[in-house]
Parts: sequence; structure tokens; C-alpha cells
Amino acid sequence: MASAEYLDESPIEFGQIRVVQSSSAMPSQDSMEPTFSLPIGLPLSSSHSVPLPFPMSHGTTTLAFIFQGGVLAAADTRSSCSGLVACPAAQKILPIHSHLVGTTSGTSADCALWKRILARELRLYQLRHGRRLSTGGAAKLLSHMLQPFKGTELSVGGQQCFGRERSGPSLYYVCSDGTRLKGTLFSVGSGSPYAYSVLDQGVQWGLTVQEAVSIAREAVFRATYRDAYSGNCVDLYHITSKGWTRRNREDLKEEGVHPQWRVSFSTLTVETARE
Amino acid sequence: MEYLIGIQGPDFVLVAADNVAASSIIQMKHDYDKMFKLSEKILLLCVGEAGDTVQFAEYIQKNVQLYKMRNGYELSPAAAANFTRKNLADYLRSRTPYHVNLLLAGYDEADGPGLYYMDYLSALAKAPFAAHGYGAFLTLSILDRYYRPDLTRDEAVDLLKKCIEELNRRFILNLPSFNVRLIDREGIHDLEKLTLGAK
Repeated sequence: MASAEYLDESPIEFGQIRVVQSSSAMPSQDSMEPTFSLPIGLPLSSSHSVPLPFPMSHGTTTLAFIFQGGVLAAADTRSSCSGLVACPAAQKILPIHSHLVGTTSGTSADCALWKRILARELRLYQLRHGRRLSTGGAAKLLSHMLQPFKGTELSVGGQQCFGRERSGPSLYYVCSDGTRLKGTLFSVGSGSPYAYSVLDQGVQWGLTVQEAVSIAREAVFRATYRDAYSGNCVDLYHITSKGWTRRNREDLKEEGVHPQWRVSFSTLTVETARE
Repeated sequence: MEYLIGIQGPDFVLVAADNVAASSIIQMKHDYDKMFKLSEKILLLCVGEAGDTVQFAEYIQKNVQLYKMRNGYELSPAAAANFTRKNLADYLRSRTPYHVNLLLAGYDEADGPGLYYMDYLSALAKAPFAAHGYGAFLTLSILDRYYRPDLTRDEAVDLLKKCIEELNRRFILNLPSFNVRLIDREGIHDLEKLTLGAK
């Protein structure tokens, strides 16, 4: 009885308070100033609203890309809070169901919560309609669920990866500011520029699985090298039409020098998916 | 960062938008389409804050389609523009204003082609040519100088290319490619993507 009551309210009923951004751009009374209003400010500024109880910081490197063998997702495992490493063994890639994996970036608590809400909603959809929601639909659902919270300090930068026979693999980037993009290569987080530069050089459709895995690890490694807020180990998930498989977590600290990677590569073990 | 442009001719409207979807300093996507098809002869071009653009544009798009389903005929471009303006104005003084800049381009059987400029404060103006974004500062004077009401389609495309060349020369940001579409009596036509900036 109690559990039914608890699930009655949908979280998207929560309201939000948002400061009107356009108030600063209203034309001034002073006729000396030119009265044109400047276009939107630089994208680096974000809207501030309700003050937080304590400052939240986040740093991560996650990436995902599509190639002929499916979708590969990789992420570091450092969970940082301002200047300290809160957890060196966090899990930033969360499977949502057997064929859908989401990476998280931003505030860990928010990401974990919203991934669970998304998993619940997808399962409900599957039970009600008898078929799975597509990745695009799941991404749109998440994007719409996050929309009422725009302007608050909610920070969720996630990607969805999918491998399916009929429509092929697909990859979407969803962010708490409302962005939803379909693409073939995304990297999210404070270490993402470093990862992008490595991925842009090597990722193409025709990669073999081994090549894709090695370039994904290289990208995360380079990002963790330069970004203080990314580090520790790297997680890799490979999604195909048969589902996702997880590679063993590898500690990047032990492989500081590049040539040693090739040696340890051959001893990877692969866990197969379980429902 | 983003750029929209529209040029109205005697029996057509030419519109173009850049293809970059950016997040802070990173180009997340190089082939992003900023045009939303409201009906067979109306296009909505939408730029602005990250999630607001898609949310608002899709809201308008679905409502225009709903009108058609309920009433059996489509909204005219002028009606769609005013509907959009009303919605934007209603949200402006709510707790959740949409920060979007729009161009609405359409062809009406009775009134001919129309281009409507709307900014985030929901100011609506019907204009022969219009542009949004930082690039507008660089290209509006080119449009002022060379625009004529009786432009042919080729001349309009040349004028568009002049504007984009100026952007490539003087704008600090890299906008490598642009989607170009033309609306006339027959509907919406996709023209060739302009990639004057890509090396």
C-alpha cells in the first residue's frame, strides 16, 4: 500500500524557479547609448538561480562512438568534489537495459537518479506497448523529463548508446540544459576537449573492435593525463545487436608508458551481458 | 555563434542556417539542422539557448500540425508567425521564458512569399531580408546594399554567398557549412549545402 502511494507523484511535477535572463538586455532610458540590443551572450555564461547549499563541482571524461562493430563507450572512474577525489572507483557508465547504456557526467547524484528514472520509464513503456522504445525516443523522453528543471543547478550530461539489428546502432547526447543531438561521436565532461582531439584523428567507421577499444582507451588516458578531474581507471562498454558487454576495468596508473598498453591488451577478459 | 539569414524574392523566400551545434567551446555536431518544417510551405529557423530552441520550435510545429488536423486547412505564414509571437510573448513574462531568436519563412497562395523576423523579446517584423546572430552585424549592410525586390533565384543565392564569404573573412568563429532551402509556390526545396568555409 505504501509503495503505491510513493509512486503516484511523477518527479516532473516539481517546479523550478528561473531568473529571467533577458532583464539585463532591456533597452535603457539613456538616449546616449546606442539602443540596439546585443545578441545572446557568450555561451560560456550559464544562468544562475536558486543558491545551492554547498558548491558542487564535477569533472569527468566520457566518450562514445559508433563504428562498424557497434557502439563503444568509455569513461574514467574518478569522482571528484572540488579539489578532492571523492571516489577513485566510481561507475560512470550505467546500463539501462540489455541494449541501452548511458554514460554520466556532471553531478553524480543527479545522473544516477535520472538514469534510474529513465530505466523505470522505459520499462513501463515496454510493458504498456509491448515493444522497446528506440534510443531516440529514450533520449527524447529523458530530455523532456529534464526540461522543467532547466535553470536550476541540475547537471546531467549523458549519452545513450544502443545496438540493435533493425535500425542499427545509434548514439544520442542529452544534456540537462535541453540539448539533444544525434551523432556518431560524442565526448562529455571536463576532459572532453582532450579526448576529442585524440578521437578525431583515429575514429572512422571501418575500425575493428580491437582498434576501437585501443583508441577509446587512448583518448581517456590522454584526457586523464591533462585534466585534473579525470583519472584513476577506465571503463569500457561495447554494445552490439546482442547487447552490451563490459570490459574489465583497467588502471591507467600502471600503464603510464604507452608501449606497455599493447602487452596488457591481450589479457583482457570480457563479461557477457546478463538481463 | 549561430547564424540565420533569409532573403525574400518576388515569388520565393531563400533561407539559410549554419550547421554547427556547439557546447561551450566544442562543436558537438557539424551537420545540425536548425530549420523546422511547420507545414508544406512554412519553415521555422530557430537559434538561441540550448534546449529552448528545440522545445519551443517543436511545440510550435506540433501545434501548427494540430490546427491543420482539427480544421482541415493549414495556417498561413502570417497566422503562424503571429501564433508563434503570441506564444513567445506569453512565456516571456512567465517563470520559464524561452530565449530563442526566430526566422519564419513561408509562401501563401494569396499573399505570396513572406519572411518574418522574431527575436527573443517576441518582437515580430515582416522584412524583405533578415539575419540573426553575431554574423548579422557583418552581413546586414551587404544585404542593404545589394538587395532588390525583384531578385531572381540565382541572384538571391549569389547574394547569400556574398554574405557567407564575408563571414568567412571577418567572423572569428568557424562556420564551415550552411543548410540552404528555398520556399516557393511548389513548396520547400533543399538547395545544395554551402561549404565555402571548409578547407
